[in-house]
Amino acid sequence: MLKVEQQQPVEFSSALIAKFDEIVKRYPEGKQKSALLPILHEVQAELGWLSNTAMDKVADYLNILPIEVYEVASFYSMYFLKPQGKYMLEVCRTGPCCLVGAEKLMNHIEHRLGVKEGEVTGDGLFSWRGVECLAACGYAPVLQIGPEYTFYENLNEQKVDELIEDLRKR
Amino acid sequence: MARKLLLEHINVPGINTLDVYRQKGGYRAVEKALKTLTPDEVVEEVKKSGLRGRGGAGFPTGMKWSFLAKPEGVARYLVCNADESEPGTFKDRYLMTYIPHALIEGMIVSSFALGANTSYIYVRGEMMPQIRILEKAIAEAKNAGLLGKNILGSGYDLELYVQPGGGAYICGEETALLESLEGKRGNPRIKPPFPAIAGLYGCPTVVNNVESIAAVVPIINDGGDEYAKIGIGRSTGTKLISASGNLVKPGVYEIELGLPVEEFIYSDEYCGGIANGKRLKATVAGGSSVPILPANLTLKLANGEPRLMSYESLSEGGFATGTMLGSGGFIAFDEDQCIVRNTWNFSRFYHHESCGQCSPCREGTGWMEKVLHRLEYGHGKMSDIDLLVDVSKKIEGNTICPLGDAAAWPVASAIRHFRDEFEWHVKEPVKSLDTNYGLANYAEPIAKAEVTTGD
Amino acid sequence: MSDKVKVTIDGITVEVAPGTSILNAARQIGGDIVPPAMCYYSKLEGSGGKCRTCIVKVSKGSEKDPRPMPKLVASCRTTVMDGMEVQNITSPEVIEARSGVVEMLLINHPLDCPVCDQAGECDLQNLGYEHGLQKTRYEFERRTFERIDIGDKIQLHMNRCILCYRCVFTADQITNKRVHGILNRGDHSEISTYIQTAVDNDFSGNVIDVCPVGALTDKTFRFKNRVWFTKPIDAHRDCPTCSGKVTLWYKGEDVLRVTARKDIYGEVEEFICNTCRFDKKKTADWTIEHPTHISDASVIASNHYETLKPLPVIQDNAKLQLANKVELEKTTKF
Repeated sequence: MLKVEQQQPVEFSSALIAKFDEIVKRYPEGKQKSALLPILHEVQAELGWLSNTAMDKVADYLNILPIEVYEVASFYSMYFLKPQGKYMLEVCRTGPCCLVGAEKLMNHIEHRLGVKEGEVTGDGLFSWRGVECLAACGYAPVLQIGPEYTFYENLNEQKVDELIEDLRKR
Repeated sequence: MARKLLLEHINVPGINTLDVYRQKGGYRAVEKALKTLTPDEVVEEVKKSGLRGRGGAGFPTGMKWSFLAKPEGVARYLVCNADESEPGTFKDRYLMTYIPHALIEGMIVSSFALGANTSYIYVRGEMMPQIRILEKAIAEAKNAGLLGKNILGSGYDLELYVQPGGGAYICGEETALLESLEGKRGNPRIKPPFPAIAGLYGCPTVVNNVESIAAVVPIINDGGDEYAKIGIGRSTGTKLISASGNLVKPGVYEIELGLPVEEFIYSDEYCGGIANGKRLKATVAGGSSVPILPANLTLKLANGEPRLMSYESLSEGGFATGTMLGSGGFIAFDEDQCIVRNTWNFSRFYHHESCGQCSPCREGTGWMEKVLHRLEYGHGKMSDIDLLVDVSKKIEGNTICPLGDAAAWPVASAIRHFRDEFEWHVKEPVKSLDTNYGLANYAEPIAKAEVTTGD
Repeated sequence: MSDKVKVTIDGITVEVAPGTSILNAARQIGGDIVPPAMCYYSKLEGSGGKCRTCIVKVSKGSEKDPRPMPKLVASCRTTVMDGMEVQNITSPEVIEARSGVVEMLLINHPLDCPVCDQAGECDLQNLGYEHGLQKTRYEFERRTFERIDIGDKIQLHMNRCILCYRCVFTADQITNKRVHGILNRGDHSEISTYIQTAVDNDFSGNVIDVCPVGALTDKTFRFKNRVWFTKPIDAHRDCPTCSGKVTLWYKGEDVLRVTARKDIYGEVEEFICNTCRFDKKKTADWTIEHPTHISDASVIASNHYETLKPLPVIQDNAKLQLANKVELEKTTKF
């Protein structure tokens, strides 16, 4: 349970609101709750994570109860309910990827970034975590980085090192 | 070369664009259906084709369509299930990435057949790049008058939207998918009512897999009868197989159903054999939830005849010696892979993905994972093996949706076929931490019919 | 066409209105053949189907389509068809599967009945007695949560929760603004408000009554007494908010707690308001009616769990006796 003092004020830009308006149009009149998942993705892409104040604002926009947003956001694994590094490396850890070295790769990333799964590096740039099947088993091992979920395939330790260096320079 | 219906032009540069797709004969099915056929005639062609749902259950698509209720004045929906998340399956990602218009064309024809004027493609949220690809392709189609009002002057209207998921395997279950599309938690609904009666927003709805919908295009182009000539028996047409694991050439292959499994694994046209010159130990033929089979039963039926890639042949022998075609997620394990570790891994997956709504699955998946973890990490007990079988039975068939079965089957089948290896983990806890049980006798020819024990 | 449909449950036939669920048809028959229900609640729309304790075997689908159903079904959410035949306690398969469900419900339950206010009127405790194994096969750490207050009168012990969703439906359907719900997924699911807010409205106390276990308890009654030492009396008052029909639970002269009146399946007859429940604890506040009728079989009436008495239908029939060997053995077990 969150303590009240963890709440941070948040404002949605008019560009973001315009995106929401566009999304809501996809559904029949009165079914605007359908827009919840896509809107949460947009909010997370903009803010990096979903604070409860941000979720309250989404509830307000969609005219639904805040608890309905919390229920949904906490159900799906893609929504972050606490801040993450700027680049969240999500490594597939399910069967087929493990057959070709995903576990070794995760150990390597942990060592390389110097943080445990789910933690953020000191510079705020990186987090990493194992995720379940990303449906790319033929290109295993794979990892993805949000918010656009860019995909990196057929990885090995060297490729991961290069990727991390590349992201650092951006 | 075998016939390709879905991936024929996959290597044509620019096939992801509308222009090139049309140059290669794309959107002929839309023209044909909307201008020369009635919706019922389209349904009839699909029925004739014998097409079976490509998402895993294998239910005849035409029959599913004919169940759709059509009350006057109530909207109907077609929802495409692109929430591809079954470990071992990545064919839909492939199709949507490289030839998105095949799906869009299929959606237009299928929506027309069902009388839907708004349709959704529910894509798993992690496939954001594919969502962008589809959105771009939809915009192209709309510009060309293939979507929107009065498509090609036929008087038929269709709006097509892409909906992202939020990261939940369970949303591949059709009613969980509909809940999710309504902006709720992905808890599967209790059936009946089935979606054909009360689906999205309580309206009659059909939910079909990406590949099923794409397959409607060649069915309409060539006719259902032509499609039914391909394949074997009740397994008609072609199927996309996602091949992964320890193979020389993993990837997505379109096969004619009925191809021998051995040919699929070892021929150069397909997977090219086991990587690094190793030997095959086991396969999971249809995505992680179907029973795992040792190499010998993968290649041959219990009676010694070759096993084929078809719904019937793969399930020949029931769960005692067979498995299922499922979603076509073909995972190969080489001689150095540990079955206990893999079973634990799959079990962790189902534990992680259980929605938590009904008690046997919520509690049972976690229990199995913990016991398997203990076995894998050298502190299991001999009684754990029977405990796992018992817990899997308590889950199987007693849950709201098939996730319970999907979690139970891999565990039960691994123990059924690889019990020796599980026992070895208990007897040799230290050794099993850094060596593997190896190939054992799992690839040896099936000598006698007694193999058909199981439970 | 008759406006009633015929259904046979464990050999007993009853005629019910079309659209009735198997569970409700069984309740019309009554007695031991009624499947237990942990999540279904007839007063809450959409409830049921989740806990799986009410599963039964449909051995004949209907007169028109006599095929049996391939799997056991949740009786609370399966509609009867004319000519349907159902097996509940006469099916060893059902009893076995139900024991499995009970085991699942208990593996992460703290079994802290000795310090739980719900003990003695707990559906899970009853089920455990009827179906549970003597020993647990679960050897791992149980899931734990912190105990929290939701509002100043209600305490949530999430450890005990079986995720029946009843309290969520209650908040949705009888209060105007739900602030608690189900968070997270799978076996991490929990009832929570997410942010620290109190569940505060006139009818919030009803979540205590609908909770089948001791997850939501009345803080004004906390540790005051064991329910089987208290005497329930039906009473009413002229309440501007609710019907004012309640049960007062007495110890000597004192009203220790107030609850809604419950039927034999533990369901409230009418929801009551928080004023009646929490603030009116003097006899003078109420018009006393009569002692509440309590089943002789209940712990509250007899201070202990009663020996199981199988139905006559089983005792008279050799085939059913064989099928119920395990059940019959239980008659001497406790």
